[in-house]
Amino acid sequence: MNSNDLHTISLYVSNKPGVLARIAQVFARRGFNIDSLVVSSAIDGNYSRMTISAKGNPEGLDQIIKQASKLIDVLHCIDHSQESVVSKEMALIKIGVDSEGRPEVLQLVEHFGCKVVDFTESSLILMVTGDSGKLDALIKMLGRFRVIELVRTGKVIMARGDEVT
Amino acid sequence: MSASDTAILEPETITKPTPNFSVKPNVSPEAMEGAQALVRRLEMEGVEYIWGLSGGAAIPIFDALVTTNTKIKLVLVRHEQGATHMADGYARVTGKPGVVLVTSGPGATNTITGIMTAHMDSVPMVVITGQTISSMLGKDAFQEADVFGLTMPVVKHSYMIKNSNDIPRVVKEAFHIARTGRPGPVLIDIPKDMSSGICTAELDPPMDLPGYNPEIKTDLSSVMDIAEALSRSRKPVLLAGHGALIANAQQELLKLAETLNAPVTTTLLGKGAFPETHPLSLGMLGMHGTAYANKAMVECDLVMSIGSRYDDRIVGQPQRFCQNATRIHIDIDVAEIHKMISVHHHAVGDARAILAELNKHVSRLDTADWQKHLDGYKKRFPLKYKKQGGLKMQHVLDELDDLTNHRAIISTDVGQHQMWAAQFCLSVDPHTWLSSGGAGTMGYGFPAAMGAQFGRPDAAVWAIVGDGGFQMTMCELATACVHKLPVKILVLNNHYLGMVRQWQELFFDDRQSGVDLEGNPDFAKLADTFPGAKGFNIKRPADVRKVLKKAMEYNDGPCVVNAECVKEDNVYPMIPAGKALEDMLVDAPKYKLEKPTGST
Repeated sequence: MNSNDLHTISLYVSNKPGVLARIAQVFARRGFNIDSLVVSSAIDGNYSRMTISAKGNPEGLDQIIKQASKLIDVLHCIDHSQESVVSKEMALIKIGVDSEGRPEVLQLVEHFGCKVVDFTESSLILMVTGDSGKLDALIKMLGRFRVIELVRTGKVIMARGDEVT
Repeated sequence: MSASDTAILEPETITKPTPNFSVKPNVSPEAMEGAQALVRRLEMEGVEYIWGLSGGAAIPIFDALVTTNTKIKLVLVRHEQGATHMADGYARVTGKPGVVLVTSGPGATNTITGIMTAHMDSVPMVVITGQTISSMLGKDAFQEADVFGLTMPVVKHSYMIKNSNDIPRVVKEAFHIARTGRPGPVLIDIPKDMSSGICTAELDPPMDLPGYNPEIKTDLSSVMDIAEALSRSRKPVLLAGHGALIANAQQELLKLAETLNAPVTTTLLGKGAFPETHPLSLGMLGMHGTAYANKAMVECDLVMSIGSRYDDRIVGQPQRFCQNATRIHIDIDVAEIHKMISVHHHAVGDARAILAELNKHVSRLDTADWQKHLDGYKKRFPLKYKKQGGLKMQHVLDELDDLTNHRAIISTDVGQHQMWAAQFCLSVDPHTWLSSGGAGTMGYGFPAAMGAQFGRPDAAVWAIVGDGGFQMTMCELATACVHKLPVKILVLNNHYLGMVRQWQELFFDDRQSGVDLEGNPDFAKLADTFPGAKGFNIKRPADVRKVLKKAMEYNDGPCVVNAECVKEDNVYPMIPAGKALEDMLVDAPKYKLEKPTGST
């Protein structure tokens, strides 16, 4: 593994003020840049789920996981980089396109299994879900068109089978 | 303002209602103010002292110290940093969390240095800060500081009170967190409307800490692995750190060392974990440790840390540290394992319990040659100084160590005097050596000594400080006088920030920059101006013993012994920052040194 490897870390934390700041500090202090971060309530509303994607060297990551696990409000912190997990992401992409270019975009929509969620004379908003690689490929293909705005949710993952996320 | 305006305002002063302090409206018999619940909970935690300084946002809490008729004694300090170091000193000698109470804004920010100092050295502390009222939070209210956010990287945990009924649970959790596992400071920020609001919650509620499990079950097989590794060693070194003291493992360590017949070195904060008068003691290791301790580290075939974090001051260059030895780490904090250096064996848990278990599985090692070899180093490279040619700090410390028979509680500041004190003031008993090891906080020594004196009223307590650090917190002389604390402050005065000057001499072609402390006061005279304090001077080597004895006889309050020492002297041995232990300078170098590549 080199220092540019992407790691995906899941955390199960108490749903209390300041938790996110404490975790972000553990990453920032060791110079890890967080690429994406998803936080949402767990089944039990007293807890939250976090999925963090970050780049950095594995030794640094090991230390970050130990430090994050030490935080009083963190119940567990797991690196899933080496594991088989279900990994999904969603993106909304607004394309500036007139009636002439539209058929080609709609072809891509069909091929990538996206949905058109907004349709105007001059623009379309596409919704795409899948793993991050699929989203990257679509965005690359759309490079030929005028991409007005792009919003990605960031990756969420779940460990397969009996493994804990 | 016109005359008529004044006339309109006048009646208000007449109609002002007389406040009735004894009546608290709308309070049921069990209910009390949040601040009163706080004080009751502090009592239940066994709190004896609170070190603090008031201000607007903390007035309800200070008021509750009166209205509850509590037996907890409030010590009013002169600066909030002093309060944190006093709480720290108290905690280090008693093992009980020190409690600090300050107001919002600058009162709270002034505690940050002390909180960070406690955090770096794993000292249990509970810091309570007043805060502006909840509805004003985040609106730049007067004396509002986001202390919850500001302190986040330097606390073990922190709370902001959002409901007066949470106060008993939060205080209970704060003490539990501060004192268990790897101890540390916990901060509780209390908005004024929460401390003055009504609390009807029970005072001993259940805690809600699902993510905190300080009870570590040590893997027994890891202890067996360590015992096996020890059995194969012929040149072992045991390295005791602060964690050995926090766990009160000194008896188990003594037994282990004597059973194995293995030498023991300690870190700066490990002083007292193993008696430095014991034949197996190598004294302190590290940047300014003894030559024989550092040489033992270079040549050993096994090193076992008990509650140290292998920090940069003792390993020098991590890649070259004990490369040919079996490296073992015992620590309560799993995040310390493999952090600085990779180790072959480790055990996570309480040092005392682990050593007790280990003691069941070890037997005497054949270390006779190793001991003989190290004794040779002790004879060849003793700690030394010259009594001629002006007054040396080492001389004063050596005499002090002799006069106090290694039994005084010693609290140091940071710099050259600290390193010489570590070398010459031998620690025999646990919890008698206080120093800011991780943070290196100048200004720590004197207030920490006061905290130690509060915790151990009958002990002889010496603050050993430099002229630079003492001036950062010497305002606490007033506090020491009020409480008639017989703390002895030994100012080793060289009119310099000596350690920085030493680095400038050795690594920066002696270009002095910002190290000359011209403008120092006459410390002895200054002491005399505080009611009940007394000043002494040591000017010549011949005065040392006589004046120290006089200071020891003065117990009506604090005394300041100003020792006018030679201006330019350097601490040796020295391992330049970032260099390996092999690169130790036992004495002044005869060649030009490279600039250090290590941190500080």
